[in-house]
Amino acid sequence: MKTLVEAVNDALHVELERDPSVFVLGEDVGVLGGVFRATAGLTERFGSERCFDTPLAEAGIVGTAVGLALAGWRPVCEMQFDAFSYPALDQVITHVGRYRARSGGAVQMSLVLRMPYGGGVRAPELHQDSPEAFYVHAPGVKVVVPSTPADAKGLLSAAIRDPDPVVVLEPKRLYRSVRGEVPEGEWLVPLGQARVAAPGEDVTLIAYGAMVGVALDTRAALAEEGASAEVIDLRTLKPLDEDTVLASVRKTGRAVIVQEAPRTCGFGSEVAALLAEKAIFDLRGPVLRVTGYDVPYPSFSIEDTYLPSVRRVREAVRRVVEFE
Amino acid sequence: MVPSSAQVLRSLTVPLSSTQRSPVPAGLVQVDLLGLHRDMTLLRAFDEQAVAYQGQGRLGTYAIHWGHEAMQAGALRALAVGDWVFPSYRESAIGLLRGMPIETVLAWWRGEPAGCWNPYAQGVANICVPIGTHVPHAVGFAWGARKKGEDTCALVFFGDGATSEGAFHEGLTFAGVVRAPVVLLCNNNGWAISTPVSAQSGARHLADKAAGYGIPAVTVDGGDVLAVYEATREALERARAGDGPTFIEAITYRMASHATADEPSLYWDAERVSDERQRECLTRYEQLLRELGVLADGEAEQRREESRAAVRAAMAVVESRPPTPVSVMFDTAYAVPPSGVLRDRDDVEREDHDR
Repeated sequence: MKTLVEAVNDALHVELERDPSVFVLGEDVGVLGGVFRATAGLTERFGSERCFDTPLAEAGIVGTAVGLALAGWRPVCEMQFDAFSYPALDQVITHVGRYRARSGGAVQMSLVLRMPYGGGVRAPELHQDSPEAFYVHAPGVKVVVPSTPADAKGLLSAAIRDPDPVVVLEPKRLYRSVRGEVPEGEWLVPLGQARVAAPGEDVTLIAYGAMVGVALDTRAALAEEGASAEVIDLRTLKPLDEDTVLASVRKTGRAVIVQEAPRTCGFGSEVAALLAEKAIFDLRGPVLRVTGYDVPYPSFSIEDTYLPSVRRVREAVRRVVEFE
Repeated sequence: MVPSSAQVLRSLTVPLSSTQRSPVPAGLVQVDLLGLHRDMTLLRAFDEQAVAYQGQGRLGTYAIHWGHEAMQAGALRALAVGDWVFPSYRESAIGLLRGMPIETVLAWWRGEPAGCWNPYAQGVANICVPIGTHVPHAVGFAWGARKKGEDTCALVFFGDGATSEGAFHEGLTFAGVVRAPVVLLCNNNGWAISTPVSAQSGARHLADKAAGYGIPAVTVDGGDVLAVYEATREALERARAGDGPTFIEAITYRMASHATADEPSLYWDAERVSDERQRECLTRYEQLLRELGVLADGEAEQRREESRAAVRAAMAVVESRPPTPVSVMFDTAYAVPPSGVLRDRDDVEREDHDR
């Protein structure tokens, strides 16, 4: 049994061991092992040539990683917190996602950008953002969000081996709060495959990251009322596993999407658009989103109001079910 | 390299209108000396109490400023009333020196909306969390004031790590071009969490970075409150005379963990920390005041107890007052909220009421 952050650490050990071109870099990733200890032990085992403490410059980390990738390395960059990645968005949008196209397909930008993300941990300002929409919106970039330790390991390993750049968003609320079996040694969870986290018949709850837990808790609450919810854990936001989502909604006829990020143009909007395009005749009610609000993430003493809760998801399910 | 504080007094990397260094800068009379002591003592008491409260689960993660009181109090004291301060999280409590209620800063670290202060009230900008991103803000503020014909200056605090960030360099670029009346105070405490300044920059001195932007720089002992005061006063004089920005590298040594969530035992040199603590700024200043005969026996301890009592009283207020309604998150996000935000606000208020 491992925690989610231990699974991340495990993946990094395995991939650094397997492929000498994998190179971890970020702020405080070396001697300290990262502020969440995700990179603990890497410098001791592989040396600072493979796990490097960078200066405090996120655009520099990712920009340098672009050059490292051009030179044949597979950089795995850590952003210390979600909202600290914003200076690097420039590099992600202008270079990381475009280099392949710019070079007529000649350049393989095998680069991973991983970061702790999301709220719910009583942290100061700008330690709780959910920036996935910025990343999925950048063409050329893939995005994954694990919700279990096994997926955290398997998705990160797959991301490191992927020929395209991948952003790995690790829900920090789950870093130490969930434990699970994690396969030893090499372990891959293919990008682009969602998972049915729990089966059901009456409504599909579509979630990712820390919101999978909220969806599962809602499912349990609904069961007490005699309603059966299926929970889909998207795992990869881009490429989105349309088949798994559509198959579930075809069965249940109802969909509630749960996302922690603000609502407008959040990833839930993309899922809702998919259902409008490809499942309109399967739907028995409106597709609803339960999301963070369109306001800056609030002071942590009131963050529970901001975050989607079982109560809010249940209320959305009630509205969809009562629609008919 | 971090020079030890014993090696650094003051060295001008770009010539300024230099004054002789003396233990008591011109213009500081006895009451100012004690005022500085009062300021440092209040910052110290806040910090020690905050660390204790965090340990008791009464504050969230807290960024410690123990040992930085000299540079904060010294620089602040040099400002004119209308000048603004742009703090990083390391200077979270600096507003206390301008009359900000202690309750406000405690509330910020408790993650309470009441900690979201009005910067116009004391001329203290809101705490900047993302490293170095507020440097251009201070430059723009100072520039904007001058464009309006005011002689307001800005003082911005940032750490050694911040000098690696793009925003820092872009801020200095602008400061140099528009000759903004801004004082750029770099708190070089030797560490960015676990990264020593030797791994942070290839520059021999962080102050050298200013030269590239045409900005004069001065290096001071950040543990010497009077040296920091004097350097800041000179910088402000230049700024108000229309001579533009000054970079001050205040050198000290981080004698506490980065924040309460840190594990410094994994990376720091405990012996060095212990040595540095022997030379910490408040004790040093009290020794000087006693030598000058302005601090009576028992006065320092009495003042510390008064400061601690003030922080305790503020904490009692913070913990007993009713929470701010959660709808504040909607009310403060927009001047004219989109309709969706208003609907969410109504939903939340109704749920809050039903609960």
